[in-house]
Amino acid sequence: MALKGNLRDFSFTQLLNLINLARKTGTLILEGSGEAARIVFSEGKLAYAQFAQDDATLPGVLQRSNRISPSQYRILKEKTANMSDKELGLMLINAGYVSRDDILNSLQTYATGVVRKLFTWVEGFFRFEQDTVPLDGKILVRVDLENLIIEGARQQRELEHLQEEIPSLDMALKFTDRPGTNLRNVNLSVEEWRVVSFVNPKNSIRQIARTTKLNDNEIRKVVYGLLQAGLVELVRTTSAPPPQPVRQFPTQNKDEQISLLNRVINRIRSI
Amino acid sequence: MQTVKIVVTGPFNAGKTEFIRSISEIDVVSTERKISLEAEKVKSSTTVAMDFGRITVDDDLVLYLFGTPGQKRFDFMWEILSEGMLGFVVAVDSTRPETFREARTILETFKAYAPTPFVVAANKQDHKDAWDVDDMRVALRLDPAVKMLSCVAKDKESVKKVLLELLFSILAKMDAKA
Ligand SMILES: Nc1nc2c(ncn2[C@@H]2O[C@H](COP(=O)(O)OP(=O)(O)OP(=O)(O)O)[C@@H](O)[C@H]2O)c(=O)[nH]1
Ligand SMILES: [Mg+2]
Repeated sequence: MALKGNLRDFSFTQLLNLINLARKTGTLILEGSGEAARIVFSEGKLAYAQFAQDDATLPGVLQRSNRISPSQYRILKEKTANMSDKELGLMLINAGYVSRDDILNSLQTYATGVVRKLFTWVEGFFRFEQDTVPLDGKILVRVDLENLIIEGARQQRELEHLQEEIPSLDMALKFTDRPGTNLRNVNLSVEEWRVVSFVNPKNSIRQIARTTKLNDNEIRKVVYGLLQAGLVELVRTTSAPPPQPVRQFPTQNKDEQISLLNRVINRIRSI
Repeated sequence: MQTVKIVVTGPFNAGKTEFIRSISEIDVVSTERKISLEAEKVKSSTTVAMDFGRITVDDDLVLYLFGTPGQKRFDFMWEILSEGMLGFVVAVDSTRPETFREARTILETFKAYAPTPFVVAANKQDHKDAWDVDDMRVALRLDPAVKMLSCVAKDKESVKKVLLELLFSILAKMDAKA
């Protein structure tokens, strides 16, 4: 099945949220005006990313992060053109040129840089190819998406969009009980931490805003980031009683109600 | 004569009218209008007040199906239509991710009207561009307890299944209370 659309309608932050929550493996392809990017995810983690026009080979990435000089870059490109990144990486480590950390950090910096740039795309086609990870010989990284998502959400400045995401400040927040999410691994700002410390189904977002002295838009922005990163979810406050339905059934008698429902069920089955 | 009602809601063009049309025993009384706004011209007509379908259960019970208008500018109808409903179906066009956010807003709005059970119908699953139901569940940020069903509103069996799942939820909720 398709997982495709335009970033105008389904933002890059939302896509990362989806990939993160569903722990997806596959390749996300994005095409903007004159630019294209490919990002590979493995079980919901960032594994590889590249802009089409970048030299994302190992020598290219090492040079970009100044781990090798321009002349070393040229030599490597010439002499090792038919080596895979994995082979080349081993060779460079064994020869003492760079360390394993140098390589992984450079690749990670480059990949997260690609992701950060994509947050600025407001338009562009995307499609996700499930389970395709055609990266023989590439060195994969493993970066949690939560921090990136929070960063991306911080850049969300469209108030209208925030309004739609969090229609009512009378809702409360609760922590999601998703396995594998650990708040401690997430880089929150002081402001975000203060909000997090009040997350409880008893506190409405409005109350949290008042306590943390944030205005409506500020609290919306913080909550939006936490929601997108899958750390919290919106719930009805436990302090407010739910509204009561008006006359759902034509009868107040419980048994008659159940019998009535069963009659409807049988009728629909028979259609 | 006793009556009960189920509401079918969801964003513009999700297939609400089609859903009711597939199962109603009467021709759906639809308040469709030709569409004039250029931006909304993905189809020629839209529901402006409501759709109205009927299923006669037996000699003294009738189920009404009400479809809401999808366009925001008619949302003043929503609360009126939701009054006294047994439960509701939120239809979502699986091929148009741009409507998912609105679907969630609609869902929250209806939930606030009445704490009745509801199911989400991922409609147009026959379409090649349809998103996977599991992906939609995450995109719509649905609670794991919420039933999300694959749906093809043009197909009566599919519509039956969605309505039955909703009715089972209503029954389960009553059993839990009893
Ligand atoms: N392929 C496919 N098309 C469908 C399905 N359901 C509805 N459609 C088509 O989608 C379009 C919209 O259907 P409607 O039933 O008018 O949608 P609606 O939700 O009532 O729209 P509004 O009243 O304008 O909000 C029509 O062209 C339908 O034929 C489906 O299950 N599969
Ligand atoms: Mg309609």
